[in-house]
Amino acid sequence: MELKEKLLSSFLAFENQVDVDTYVHDIRSNAIKAFETKGFPNKKDEAWKYTSLNKILKEDYSVFSKEENALEYSDVKKYFIHDIDSYKIIFIDGKYSSHLSETTHEGMDVCLMSAALTKPKYRLVIENYFNKIAKDDSLASLNTAFSHEGAFINIPKNKLAEKPIQIIHFSTGNEAALMLQPRNLIVVGENSHVQIIERHQSLTSNPVLTNSVTEIFANKRAIVDYYKVQNDEQNASLIDNTYINQKQQSHVSLHTFSFGGKLTRNNLNFYQNGERIDSTLKGVTIIGDKQHVDHNTLVHHIEPNCESHQDYKGIFGDNSTGVFNGKVVVEKEAQKTNAFQANNNILVSDKASINTKPQLEIFADDVKCSHGCTIGQLDESAMFYLRSRGIPEKEAKALLMYAFANNVLESVKIPQLKKRITKLIANKLGVNIGFDL
Amino acid sequence: MLKIKDLHASVEDKTILRGINLEVKAGEVHAIMGPNGSGKSTLASVIAGKEEYEVDKGDIILEGNDIGELEADERAHKGVFLSFQYPVEIPGVSVTNFMKTAINETRKARGLADMPANEMLKLIREKAELLEIDRKFLSRSLNQGFSGGEKKRNEIFQMAMLEPKLAILDETDSGLDIDALRIVANGVNKLKSKDNATIVITHYQRLLDYIVPDYVHVIYDGRIVKSGGKELAHELEEKGYDWIKEEVNA
Repeated sequence: MELKEKLLSSFLAFENQVDVDTYVHDIRSNAIKAFETKGFPNKKDEAWKYTSLNKILKEDYSVFSKEENALEYSDVKKYFIHDIDSYKIIFIDGKYSSHLSETTHEGMDVCLMSAALTKPKYRLVIENYFNKIAKDDSLASLNTAFSHEGAFINIPKNKLAEKPIQIIHFSTGNEAALMLQPRNLIVVGENSHVQIIERHQSLTSNPVLTNSVTEIFANKRAIVDYYKVQNDEQNASLIDNTYINQKQQSHVSLHTFSFGGKLTRNNLNFYQNGERIDSTLKGVTIIGDKQHVDHNTLVHHIEPNCESHQDYKGIFGDNSTGVFNGKVVVEKEAQKTNAFQANNNILVSDKASINTKPQLEIFADDVKCSHGCTIGQLDESAMFYLRSRGIPEKEAKALLMYAFANNVLESVKIPQLKKRITKLIANKLGVNIGFDL
Repeated sequence: MLKIKDLHASVEDKTILRGINLEVKAGEVHAIMGPNGSGKSTLASVIAGKEEYEVDKGDIILEGNDIGELEADERAHKGVFLSFQYPVEIPGVSVTNFMKTAINETRKARGLADMPANEMLKLIREKAELLEIDRKFLSRSLNQGFSGGEKKRNEIFQMAMLEPKLAILDETDSGLDIDALRIVANGVNKLKSKDNATIVITHYQRLLDYIVPDYVHVIYDGRIVKSGGKELAHELEEKGYDWIKEEVNA
């Protein structure tokens, strides 16, 4: 059975399992209809011209994990940023693991989507925020139809979340092939501040396809720092759909570190609904083999006096392929917008490729917008300089590539995470040199 | 220390060195002078192992070993150091991290363990002091936004850290004001010993007032056309290079 048919036929069984709350039920029912009409995207869609899902959709995925699977912390510790105190919302094959998690309801809610969708006390938050900014395209609709579990973070106003929150989705490989559809909702109140780290991690080489939707609401003057660590196994693919709604004077930064996985597609959408908003989108991609990473970003400047900063760096080896499609829309009312976009790439192998496409749609006349993309090789004179000091070719290359990616790391605000990412980069580049910062 | 025999080299099929012969003994300072485009910097790059330069003929012997076929980093491991005329800016790599990597990679190549962190810090502090380098400077990105003088001091700082057997200073005086020149020269002089050697490449005699050479060679059109003592540098300063050209072309 084709995956689409399998999903459609699973929907009824799924809806029967979860509580049939009318409000969410209607949303889910409409969403499955949207997915049924649209189907999976294909290369005829402009936004999917360079990323084909055909191969990964051919796997015979289980739509739900059949059993509860457990993991010992010691076995998966390395996937945590374990040297910091943090809240943890952990899922194993799509199911919540209370054993590995550390949630809270004290002063704020760091808990589960399944609870938020069913408990009356969250009713108002759900009605105000759930599925308000997620698009109704096929993949987001598919996720909405099956929305049930994920992270739910609700921070009231004037609250500084004193420790970061880690959201990790593990897949155990107990299913021959598994499809996961986590749904996260994050609401950050006025003047509040939170740091979040998200990771999807397969533990075997069994195929996993994750189609994730995250909605983030940053209210007035809220500060949200979000980090996505994508360093998955060779048969794990991720379609990440993230939507961020910002109110006036809020600052949201989102860093995406893509070092692994078979196919990774990041649909990242920022909507600026207020003045003096700052949006930062940064990414480092370092891949090889036949890996594929696609960053598809949108920043929608709707009101005046706002800024956006996009900085994506890519290093592509072997037969890997990359896509950067960065769209910036500046509405007529959005005067005095400062929108910057940069996408710089290094191709380390002759067989690697990158398609990069900035798209600027500017309707205001008093704005500063810039974009630049480069595709290059390593600088020969810099190579000679490093090697003349005794640094061998491989290490010199790594050092230059590290330096190339480094300015994206500079804005990572959690030192332990920065250190970890630095290490991942060193590993990825195949060297062990003193990258301590 | 260094023996160069009948060295011919070219870049992109253009012949630049046309038979260089040079012997530098341990403890000596040799100055190489010459008009622009004569091949001075090419000689420096060829000794250091820059890939774009093709050695067409001849040998480069360092302490009895032919290093002509070695990679630049392997030559560095054997004790060759080139102070660049135009040090390359490398954003994102701090001076300290760069030095740590260079030292430990060199140690690794020589079969030594990494230098302990405290020892490294001490060494960095000591050598930074020698070149009158501020500690803040060490955490900045390598050469990025450095003034001309800072770049050259940084080059000699690296030389002090790596303690090469053969140091080649390529136009180290260019872009230096008199204070920076004194600091750089002082650094080079303090690093001089009976076991190492220095080749100073310069267009002007000025630097040689501070780093006094034992021998002066003049390169013209890819060959050493005249050699002498330090007085030759003064003669060149006074009379320019035209008389050399005339002598050669006569």
